[in-house]
Amino acid sequence: MVKKVKGKIMQMTITEKILARAAGLSSVKPGQLINAKLDRIMCHDVTTPPAISMLKAKDIDTVFDTDKIIVTPDHFQPAKDIQSAQLLKRLDTWAKEKCIKNYYKVGKAGVCHAILPEQGHIKPGHVTIGGDSHTCTYGAFAAFSTGVGSTDLAAGIATGELWFRVPESIKFVLNGKLPFGVYSKDVILEVIRIIGTDGALYKAMEFVGPALKEMTMEARMTITNMAIEAGGKSGIIGFDEITKKYLDEHLKAGDTDYTIYESDAGAKYCQTIEIDCSKLEPMVAFPHLPSNGKKITECAGLAMDQAYIGSCTNGRIEDFRIAAKIMKGKKVKCRTIVVPATPVIWKQCIDEGIAEIFYNAECVFSAPTCGACLGGFMGILAEGERCVSTTNRNFVGRMGHPKSEVYLASPATAAASAIEGKLVDPRNYL
Amino acid sequence: MPKAHVYKRDHINTDEIIPARYLNTDDAVVLAKHCMEDIDEGFMKKISAGDIIVAGDDFGCGSSREHAVWSIQGAKIGAVIAQSYARIFYRNCINCGFYVIELPNAPQVINDGDEIEIDYKAGEINNKTQKKKISFEPLPDFALEIINDGGLLEHIKKKVK
Ligand code: SF4
Repeated sequence: MVKKVKGKIMQMTITEKILARAAGLSSVKPGQLINAKLDRIMCHDVTTPPAISMLKAKDIDTVFDTDKIIVTPDHFQPAKDIQSAQLLKRLDTWAKEKCIKNYYKVGKAGVCHAILPEQGHIKPGHVTIGGDSHTCTYGAFAAFSTGVGSTDLAAGIATGELWFRVPESIKFVLNGKLPFGVYSKDVILEVIRIIGTDGALYKAMEFVGPALKEMTMEARMTITNMAIEAGGKSGIIGFDEITKKYLDEHLKAGDTDYTIYESDAGAKYCQTIEIDCSKLEPMVAFPHLPSNGKKITECAGLAMDQAYIGSCTNGRIEDFRIAAKIMKGKKVKCRTIVVPATPVIWKQCIDEGIAEIFYNAECVFSAPTCGACLGGFMGILAEGERCVSTTNRNFVGRMGHPKSEVYLASPATAAASAIEGKLVDPRNYL
Repeated sequence: MPKAHVYKRDHINTDEIIPARYLNTDDAVVLAKHCMEDIDEGFMKKISAGDIIVAGDDFGCGSSREHAVWSIQGAKIGAVIAQSYARIFYRNCINCGFYVIELPNAPQVINDGDEIEIDYKAGEINNKTQKKKISFEPLPDFALEIINDGGLLEHIKKKVK
């Protein structure tokens, strides 16, 4: 899709094309303020109840489209205390009152960024917002997707539109092939190590290159999920056969009603960063920033009190398959909490015998929830404790006491470290 | 006179501004009790209404929780002056009608305890303690429009009504 402007061919990135389409314009350029139509809105239990209250307070009763709003409680579900029960109740009452079609009640609910793609709510070419910073995850599907706060969410729910500043794009070329025992989590930790937690501030992070061709959609989502940890507005990966296969399996049967956009060869990038993935090692991001990545070979041996395998970053079935492979027939040496991100994944773990491996290894196998990822519940850290975690943030106090520490890693590294009770190189256990 | 509370740090994140353990409420008064708790435990004791938070780069990075802005507003902080902001936090501030100022070298040119007056229209910070005036880039017009309307929802109300 090449647009001609004033006789010249306007070369655009995939992000610019999607935003231009949503704004009803033939072209857009970075810095431009646009009003974009929203295709989907993701709502969860922390940021949506305040949005609902704001709308009520302003006497705005409209919901722009009951089919396009997807609601799932996740952060504190099932309710962890009375106050969160109140939040869940507010969400539930509103979703029912507004007849929100895609409402995942407790029992069907799961971590938002895992539920939406799994249940077929994410499509290429779409503009999706969500009241959660990791909404950038959906960019793995050649879509524009970004996190917003409650006020933006409220405005989106009411009008189906939102203002955006068209971001500049940074191109990340992922060259080479991932070595054995190195995963997409290690790639994104390396990217963030290189550019820093504000290295992509306000920008779209576009990932291209041969290494992606070997990654499943699950693995790609781990990459786009963490775009926000580099300050990015969005992360995006182009459409290919792997995307198509996932969509064929997850969209409603026969639904191919989506538009595929691609970056033009002459599209402008503010920066291009090349990474040779074949040289990567398993990475661990040390406290208290996701950019504090170290190679496992430089930091193995550090004692851990807890391992956490789950979250919107690495709580999908392939993550548990990897972890189970490592834990099979072994017992963990530190407290280990395994949290499938959705009920479907939870059931897959049971059906595939993975849950039993975790049970035998003496892990806690939890119901789907965000839980301890954000220091909510189900695995909070005490003062001075260290946790190796497959989540995306290791800020001060993120998983509990302000003096606890979170070490971000892949499911393989977390599982191997759980068995040893200290950070270890997963390649020796696979 | 509003006082500056200077944090000579970059990447002060939303978990430090309002820890997730308090996100089970959206009541600004309750949230304010825990404002900045994980970066400065004594914060709420030392501030008075109208005081100003000063920090380095990437202030407000991390979660999309508007609770961070509400806790700051609930604590009656007058403004934040930082070198730069994380995108969602910056946007949330505008949407909540809360003015944020971008100022190069903010934690170097303002000292902890300095008495500060801000002229938003003129884009000028008057540092009474240092007897210095520093100008800043005012927010873009569309953002001012939202702030002047009393936040994004008032701003869009016209559209949906
Ligand atoms: S799993 Fe963690 S990072 Fe993901 S949405 Fe839940 S709290 Fe946020």
